[in-house]
Amino acid sequence: MKISGRHSIQWTLVFFLTPVILWLFLLIVLPHIDLLFMSFRTEDDSGRMLWSLGNYMRFFSEPIYWLTFVRTAIYSILVTFLTFVIALPVAFYISKVTAPRFQVFLTLLLLLPFWVSELVRVYGWMILLRESGVINHFLLKLGILDRPIEMLYNDVTMIMGLVYTSMLFMVVPLIGVLDSLDDSLIEAAYDLGAGMWSILFKIIIPHAVPGIVSGSIVVFMLTLGNYLTPNLMGGKNSLWFTEQIYNQFIASFNWNQGSAFGFLLLILSSLVIWVGLRLTNQKLTRVVK
Amino acid sequence: MQIDLSVQDVTKKFEEFTAVDTVSFEVNQGDFFSILGPSGCGKTTLLRMIAGFTEPTAGTIHIRGLDMAGIAPNKRPVNLIFQQLALFPMMSVEENIAFGLHRRREKKAAIRKKVDAILQRVDLPGFGEKKVDQLSGGQKQRVAIARCLVLNPTVLLLDEPLGALDLKLREQMKVELKKLQNNVGTTFIYITHDQSEAMVMSDHVAVMNEGRFEQVDTPQNLYNKPKTPFVARFVGENNSWSGTIHQLGETHMEIRTDEGLIFKTKATQQFRPAQGVDLFLRPEAMVIQPDPALTELNRFEVVVSSILFDGANSQLLVNPLDSKKELIVALPQNRQYDYIEEGDKIEVGWDKNSGICFPQK
Repeated sequence: MKISGRHSIQWTLVFFLTPVILWLFLLIVLPHIDLLFMSFRTEDDSGRMLWSLGNYMRFFSEPIYWLTFVRTAIYSILVTFLTFVIALPVAFYISKVTAPRFQVFLTLLLLLPFWVSELVRVYGWMILLRESGVINHFLLKLGILDRPIEMLYNDVTMIMGLVYTSMLFMVVPLIGVLDSLDDSLIEAAYDLGAGMWSILFKIIIPHAVPGIVSGSIVVFMLTLGNYLTPNLMGGKNSLWFTEQIYNQFIASFNWNQGSAFGFLLLILSSLVIWVGLRLTNQKLTRVVK
Repeated sequence: MQIDLSVQDVTKKFEEFTAVDTVSFEVNQGDFFSILGPSGCGKTTLLRMIAGFTEPTAGTIHIRGLDMAGIAPNKRPVNLIFQQLALFPMMSVEENIAFGLHRRREKKAAIRKKVDAILQRVDLPGFGEKKVDQLSGGQKQRVAIARCLVLNPTVLLLDEPLGALDLKLREQMKVELKKLQNNVGTTFIYITHDQSEAMVMSDHVAVMNEGRFEQVDTPQNLYNKPKTPFVARFVGENNSWSGTIHQLGETHMEIRTDEGLIFKTKATQQFRPAQGVDLFLRPEAMVIQPDPALTELNRFEVVVSSILFDGANSQLLVNPLDSKKELIVALPQNRQYDYIEEGDKIEVGWDKNSGICFPQK
């Protein structure tokens, strides 16, 4: 029996698409629909569930909530920017300066820390930075400090931890996009009288925009949704919005409030990425390619 | 006449490998100077040293009398046109051309004027707004040239810029490039492995092999009076015989080729009796079925193995009698030789002054 070409293509399509659609629907769409419903329901005084906007209203009326929200957004953007500033020279060095045989080695070196779980890596930082930690020990030994200082539990340390966690996700797309940059373009610019900064801003960055945007989206989303690093490395004053969500779900058992916060975070990340794409004049379809 | 570029004893070594070996030459202002050589002969390295991308291991480079040692490419009065042209794809034609002017912090109005003028000059008026990928191969070429010429360089370096074009366009660009150079009067240094490009466009050509200059001369002299066997082989087509000197005269000598043919030829340099020599003879130097009245000719019989018809460049592939040696004979398309067919036995002859001999190494 002969199967017509079009039929067989449709069958393979169904075969490969079904798990993806099931996965998306059962694990992403369905729970989110449930969360969406929950976020619009509140308990009234007599304990009955009612439809209401109360959960969202509470977000705006309690400064601690929306202040954490704004802080999280601004710090995530800052982390993304810092990650980019550090990752660009690293990616440039790996893709353009080193000999090809060292490229793989260096990329592996970057990848290596990511074989260890984020938790262990954060504990590594804590061992280094805490009051009785390695760095304090050496600074005391060398006589630079006369009394150990606490380097953990502040915003600077937390941001450093978040940048460290995100590095790879910025470096890899940047290496990809810089590999596709023809060396002769850099040389031509140099030959035409450009200095280092002109080459960076007129040639390298414009060429790297798709990689920068895709790396930034990943880093931004990972940072915004990170719970572990802010929780362990940030102090009491460095509250992250994910911690607010956690508190609602686990500490207060207020699933409805937690769902509302979850949706606000989703809207925030979508909004920031949309604005970012508009500002850099990129299309999502081109960036994810 | 002013000397724009002077290269003295320049050597470039990469670890053990010597890419450029004590090369010296001078280029006059307004000259179209080509460096011709097979790939890997070191010509690109030499060009990159002039542009400033690599520093010579030894020797000096002067541009209009200024020593270029330690001066970065962006500070040198030379510009380079890259093999792949290296136009900036993220910019329009106009931005590409204005790039260097912006780096010099020239005024916006002045830049605009210069860009328009140079677009006119390279025959692309109104192309300023176009994107680089909207251009054809020849147009890209001209934008690349305009981008450099607008900066008014002392010397313009060109690294095989016609290599990527198809044949027809390449022929056309050769002529255009030569005309453009005549018009602007800038000194051009052009490197290529294509001898026809070098011959057609250049005032002077340097033939380069294994890091050294074999000969620096006009195209005519390279073709007619090659100074080394390499030049004789590399520039134009040549037939070659190896043989020994049979009889050494004052101006001429008789040599016996390895196949046993006796030829009379010019002695252009000092030879010893019975010395081994290589004899070179251009395909067009051989006359098919020469007039018996011409007694001075070297004559021998050959069998036609194939006829390579290529319009004005048509040739016969022939073997001398009882020999496997393959020779090329030019076949003029004046209908005089239409009777020749493959397998025919014909006589060819050549004048004793048209061959050139070099001692064997």
